[in-house]
Amino acid sequence: MAARKTSGNKAARKQPAPDVSPNISRDELIEFYRQMLLIRRFEEKAGQLYGMGVIGGFCHLYIGQEAVVVGLEATAKDGDQRVTSYRDHGHMLACGMDPKGVMAELAGRETGYSRGKGGSMHMFSKEKNFYGGHGIVAAQVPIGAGLAFADKYRGNDNVSFTYFGDGAANQGQVYETFNMASLWKLPVIFVIENNKYAMGTAMQRSTSTPDIYHRGNAFGIPGEAVDGMDVLAVKEAGEKAVAHCRAGNGPYILEMQTYRYRGHSMSDPAKYRSREEVQKVREEKDPIDHVRDLLIGGKHASEDELKAIDKEIKATVNEAAKFAQSSPEPQEAELWTDVIA
Amino acid sequence: MATNILMPALSPTMEEGTLAKWLVKEGDSVSSGDIIAEIETDKATMEFEAVDDGVIGRILVPEGTEGVKVNTPIAVLLEEGEEAGSTPDAAPEAAEAPATVPADATPTVPASAAPEATVPPMEEIPAGTSSKTQTVREALRDAMAEEMRASDDVFLMGEEVAQYQGAYKVSQGLLDEFGERRVIDTPITEHGFTGIAVGAAFAGLRPIVEFMTFNFAMQAMDQIINSAAKTRYMSGGQMNCPIVFRGPNGAAARVAAQHSQDYAAWYAHVPGLKVVQPYSAADAKGLLKSAIRDPNPVIFLENEILYGRSFEVPELDDFTVPIGRARIWREGSDVTIVSFGIGMTHALEAAEELAGEGISAEVIDLRSLRPIDYDTVLASVRKTNRCVTVEEGWPVASIGNHLSATIMQQAFDWLDAPVINVTGKDVPMPYAANLEKLALVTTAEVIEAVKSVTYRAGGL
Repeated sequence: MAARKTSGNKAARKQPAPDVSPNISRDELIEFYRQMLLIRRFEEKAGQLYGMGVIGGFCHLYIGQEAVVVGLEATAKDGDQRVTSYRDHGHMLACGMDPKGVMAELAGRETGYSRGKGGSMHMFSKEKNFYGGHGIVAAQVPIGAGLAFADKYRGNDNVSFTYFGDGAANQGQVYETFNMASLWKLPVIFVIENNKYAMGTAMQRSTSTPDIYHRGNAFGIPGEAVDGMDVLAVKEAGEKAVAHCRAGNGPYILEMQTYRYRGHSMSDPAKYRSREEVQKVREEKDPIDHVRDLLIGGKHASEDELKAIDKEIKATVNEAAKFAQSSPEPQEAELWTDVIA
Repeated sequence: MATNILMPALSPTMEEGTLAKWLVKEGDSVSSGDIIAEIETDKATMEFEAVDDGVIGRILVPEGTEGVKVNTPIAVLLEEGEEAGSTPDAAPEAAEAPATVPADATPTVPASAAPEATVPPMEEIPAGTSSKTQTVREALRDAMAEEMRASDDVFLMGEEVAQYQGAYKVSQGLLDEFGERRVIDTPITEHGFTGIAVGAAFAGLRPIVEFMTFNFAMQAMDQIINSAAKTRYMSGGQMNCPIVFRGPNGAAARVAAQHSQDYAAWYAHVPGLKVVQPYSAADAKGLLKSAIRDPNPVIFLENEILYGRSFEVPELDDFTVPIGRARIWREGSDVTIVSFGIGMTHALEAAEELAGEGISAEVIDLRSLRPIDYDTVLASVRKTNRCVTVEEGWPVASIGNHLSATIMQQAFDWLDAPVINVTGKDVPMPYAANLEKLALVTTAEVIEAVKSVTYRAGGL
């Protein structure tokens, strides 16, 4: 998404901007900043609306992990598909779904992506090839391979981005899927978002070997660990994985080493880790600060330019919140619709 | 502009909490993400973060206050440079109650008032149509082959479906005709390949998933129920899952508890699925073709013992049977026997024997278990005033239980006797030949039940 959009903008510029690094233009980096900030501000607003009781039930925020989806979406083309777990707001925003429709769904309103019947964990967009939004840990892994199966069956060169966490990586169906994806050479990128905690259980207490990206070895699936807090590193690794899949070489594993700042869900007091640990990551590894430093430090953007973006994002998010809260709840007759086609 | 900081809801069930501790004081500057207070919910003490930048103007609820209702203003947040005495505008926009439709505008629909299901029209077989004798096994294979010829989106996957030609030879010949792209042997990995098939269905293909037996589908239950059945609803109608899960279900012979179970009632329980369980070869063929074309996930329950039975199958280019429509096999006036799948064997045998004793039984094959053709059952019961249900599955929460309740609610005044459910015994299937026989439904039990509801000697 970002890559396409940026190249369009770039063509329209009077003077070409200096590139930040060989595979990232200045405009693209600004777009990364904008998208990551949109996710962060959107999630903060969601947390606020949860506190007010506008959003109910389970609500899992993506704050801290923004670079993963933004960097990978930059490597996607039209026709590519994505599927993820219940921590899905960032994925939806990054693939271009409308923040208003997402927020309205969080609030359980008829203008939401699932007309209020799915909620935070269950949203879909056929238009954007976003296949959910799955609430059972790891259930989306074979589903993502199934999307890739359909691509292979039809003989196109699309890939399926299948996101799951370090916790899901211990589910049996992940390995059933690895086996078949490799056996049948399915074009699926398994993106393991390793945020270090499966709910409240630290990885070293749940996972027998520390390098999750090695877990494809038994099935002949190449894998690599990536600094998931660095959007440029994410994009670079993503490009490699996408090229591997599009060439018909079968699946690829990317272990994105990332961190979630908030609790597992809204009701998590997060007593399993220290406040200092979280603070240290925020101060030293924050993915948005990283891009901001690159832009300002490299003189690719001014403080004022970034402030203007901040303002624009804040307006977008406030508009989404307002839209959600002013939208009606679903009609009572909606209880009975969409059960069966 | 000054805004109120409200008491947050910090869990799905929290209505009030204790403001345990303030970590800021009036006049402090805060940034989004700073911890400003600790709040005790019924479950835990949670840290509460500022959601915006600003200065704490006033603290409205002192620390230690218990029973603070969610959404009560607990402090005032000022923008940088704003007067400490500023107060928020009346009723901050964000705290507005959700817009709801007034109760008098839309009458409340009671939970039980599901929209009336419409029963599809009966299949039509033109007069003069010839038929051929076929086994259920052959009929199922023909149904798949015809639908695979009609659409490239249809494919078959499962254990031993290709090179081995089917563990029960249902897919015999399909690999030769359609090749390994469309007839796919899977590893023994039900959970995984079911999920892959569901993903392929989300992407618009029409998978037929063969379970070697439905006992093994329990490994895949999460994908069948949580992914296949619920996604259309959860997506507000955006997504479809056109998929068929098929294979033998129920007891075979002498294969003991883990391989002998009828899942009819399990799947029939689940909204979002369609469930069929044919008895005859014609119905097996017509229903499987309908199932493959259906935009919903369909559970197609076959039976190993019936695979080899022969029936007449109409010779039509495109013979389909509507899902959701029962079939009256035998008309009668004294009692209605309702069954499905292999239970029909006992129902029909019993009816034949009872006819010799002067009892006229009407025998209904439900064919579909979701949706169920209640109309046909109720019309028959209103005619005969008596009903016996027959199924192989266990008695608790059985299809028969559900039919009994429905008949009681909708045809109570027509009933001359309590409905009897003839079922398998409430035990895991034993291995020993004599015990297995005792565990299964028998024709004799059906006869006994009919005599009981018709108050004839020899009844229960």
